[in-house]
Amino acid sequence: MLRFVLTRFVSLTLSLIVASLVIFAVIEIIPGDPASYMLGLNASPDAVAALRDQLGLNESLALRYVDWVGGMVTGDFGLSYTYKVPVSDLVMQRLWVSLPLAIYALVLSTLIAIPVGLIAAAKRGSATDYSIMGATQLGIAVPNFWFAMLLVLVFAVTLRWFSAGGFPGWDAGFWLALKSLTLPAIALALPQASILARVMRSALIETLGEDYIRTARAKGLSRRQATVRHALRNAMIPVLTIIGLQFSFLLAGAIIIENVFFLPGLGRLIFQGITQRDLIVVESLVMLLVFAVILVTFLVDIAYAAVDPRLRRGR
Amino acid sequence: MTKLFTSAAAIALIAGSAFAQQDTITIGMQLEPPNLDPTGGAAAAIDEVVYSNIFEGLTRFGPDGSIQPGLASDWSVNDDGTVYTFTLRDGVTFHDGSAMDAEDVIFSLDRARAEDSTNAQKALFAGIESVEAPDPLTVEVTLSEPNGNFPFNMAWGDAVIVAPESIEEAATAPVGTGPFTFTEWVQGDHVTISRNDAYWGEAPALATATFKFISDGNAAFAAMMAGDVDAFPVFPAPELISQFEADPRFTVIEGSTEGETILGMNNALAPLDNVKVRRAISHAINRQDIIDGAMFGYGTPIGTHFAPHNPDYVDLTDMSAHDPEAAKALLAEAGVENLTLRLMLPPPTYARRGGEIIAAQLRDVGIETEISNLEWAQWLEQVFKGKDFDLTIVSHTEPADINIYARPEYYFQYDNADFQALIEDLAVESDPAKRSEMNKTAQRTIAEDYVNGYLFQLAKVGVANAKIEGLWENAPTQANDLTEVRWVD
Repeated sequence: MLRFVLTRFVSLTLSLIVASLVIFAVIEIIPGDPASYMLGLNASPDAVAALRDQLGLNESLALRYVDWVGGMVTGDFGLSYTYKVPVSDLVMQRLWVSLPLAIYALVLSTLIAIPVGLIAAAKRGSATDYSIMGATQLGIAVPNFWFAMLLVLVFAVTLRWFSAGGFPGWDAGFWLALKSLTLPAIALALPQASILARVMRSALIETLGEDYIRTARAKGLSRRQATVRHALRNAMIPVLTIIGLQFSFLLAGAIIIENVFFLPGLGRLIFQGITQRDLIVVESLVMLLVFAVILVTFLVDIAYAAVDPRLRRGR
Repeated sequence: MTKLFTSAAAIALIAGSAFAQQDTITIGMQLEPPNLDPTGGAAAAIDEVVYSNIFEGLTRFGPDGSIQPGLASDWSVNDDGTVYTFTLRDGVTFHDGSAMDAEDVIFSLDRARAEDSTNAQKALFAGIESVEAPDPLTVEVTLSEPNGNFPFNMAWGDAVIVAPESIEEAATAPVGTGPFTFTEWVQGDHVTISRNDAYWGEAPALATATFKFISDGNAAFAAMMAGDVDAFPVFPAPELISQFEADPRFTVIEGSTEGETILGMNNALAPLDNVKVRRAISHAINRQDIIDGAMFGYGTPIGTHFAPHNPDYVDLTDMSAHDPEAAKALLAEAGVENLTLRLMLPPPTYARRGGEIIAAQLRDVGIETEISNLEWAQWLEQVFKGKDFDLTIVSHTEPADINIYARPEYYFQYDNADFQALIEDLAVESDPAKRSEMNKTAQRTIAEDYVNGYLFQLAKVGVANAKIEGLWENAPTQANDLTEVRWVD
């Protein structure tokens, strides 16, 4: 087990180094100067030059790369060009919206998908199965921003149970903040739950056909007992993979939903950073997301090993 | 009966704030300000939060664009127009309690014009030779040459008076002299300001105001409909305005801005260096189609680079009336055929939608266009700085900015020595009648040279709860001055 974890850890570190080089190179070559963006159409050239100097944009690329990576390792992500506050503060603020939202959506999606997938697999071929399959097909096909707008129209504009968007901050009270994340979480969870339910169903159907299930039934377990005790555990590997992928997607890919509900999340921060050429924010944030995705993959790998003992020995 | 009365009283107590005059407001804005220091960036969103609310200058813009007294109650100019003497109001304090006096004015002006200043509108302070304080409530500004525009320059958000003790933190915790104090900024979501009880002038009716940032047009619509936002002074989606017009809960506020929207042409690049070609393009354009198609009817056609609501405006739209035949004849005369031009479009709707309509109109006279959609930062780099473009569409939102035509290095590269001399004379002229005449000549000159295609004056279309009054109708500068805003029944 230890060796397995170690090899995974080494590959994690290598991926991070490569990612940092790629991110820095790509962001530095895109055209556009943060200083002229900030000072606008009427700015005099010497004001722009003074600002470039102040932001440290006149230094060499290599030096800036070393500064950036060195800073990140020691936890100093630098100062945002436009907001003029430390990038780490900015990211932490946004993370407190995006992370709870991703977890909320993931919990919703898992809570819906696992039982639904289980029922569909258990009643394979029945009318229940067909209607579940039809519903999930629809869930995948409906674009989540459209579904989000529908939720807003029904629950905010017409019924007025929720506000149309925005995030009051956790300081405004836990339930109030959670409430403001509810519609976005539902909008995000629906397609994820649909995918997950389908994966759950097919994985379960596959394991239900395995010899060991027949053996389990033969030694006297009921269908339900055999499913829960043996089939479910073996069907969890593909499901875990999907959950891992979904979490990364929900954390970084919620930008459209963040726009519909005007939530101050990570996706919008990146988007703003790119349009305003706040290079330091974009670099650090993309790096952080890469780190999060690699970390989740790493954790999922370890979870595989926990579920399937054969994987622990490594190759 | 008694029971009924007491329960009614209880309800009144519980709902006290609903029965009393409402004194909080939530204002929607499309863009979040990057920081809250108006002296350190050009983003309009900064002024839209802080101008006249948190920070004030020596003079200020009134809702109609006139120059009114601000922190200076009065000012005078000497005979040769080079020394302005401002009399400051007595008893003005910054929000941190320190007194605002002539020292702060000297600090603010010296800081803005310093060598290492990053003020986006440094040109406003360019003519200042020295700033002195004969006494704590008098400031004397000596200019290197007469400048009739100086009180106007001092009204800009970039020229507000700041204190040396608090300016370093102004980006995140602004301290000014205005009727509202800064309360909090939840980045990405909202900024809240509260009434300043120690304000020198008349206290505002509102106790608190929240600026909420919603970039998406549909989200803005839903937020207004759900009552989360009380007013959206610059509504991001003109196509949804008709739905508010039909709803008695809302009023639609249509006003003018200082934004001349133009089809910028690269005057230094062949064949656009030929006035006939530029004139042909101007005649190929149908302004009303662009206003209807891209702006859903909101906008006023212009024939030169000047705001139609300005008293000095001359209507020159006939000089470039829509006339495809004349355009074709001019192109033939110039000996230009099979012309293909690059049209670079920045992100705003007026440019992206307007660009497609213009491309179709140009095709009608035989000019092909290659459209590229650019982000702002790319546009600034390639078009504005690099001058690597043929045509572009952009709205120039700075007030009274016809003087950009006197800068031959400016992106459209118009180089006319007579015009430059005219603007130089205008800058030092303080006689209003002569100034007006010069402004009119300037407008005619650029229209006769067909420097750019003049499209329309950008309208300011906003939506507000029908019970709100006192919001600015027009936008002489980008601001949401809340001093006069109140709820009425």
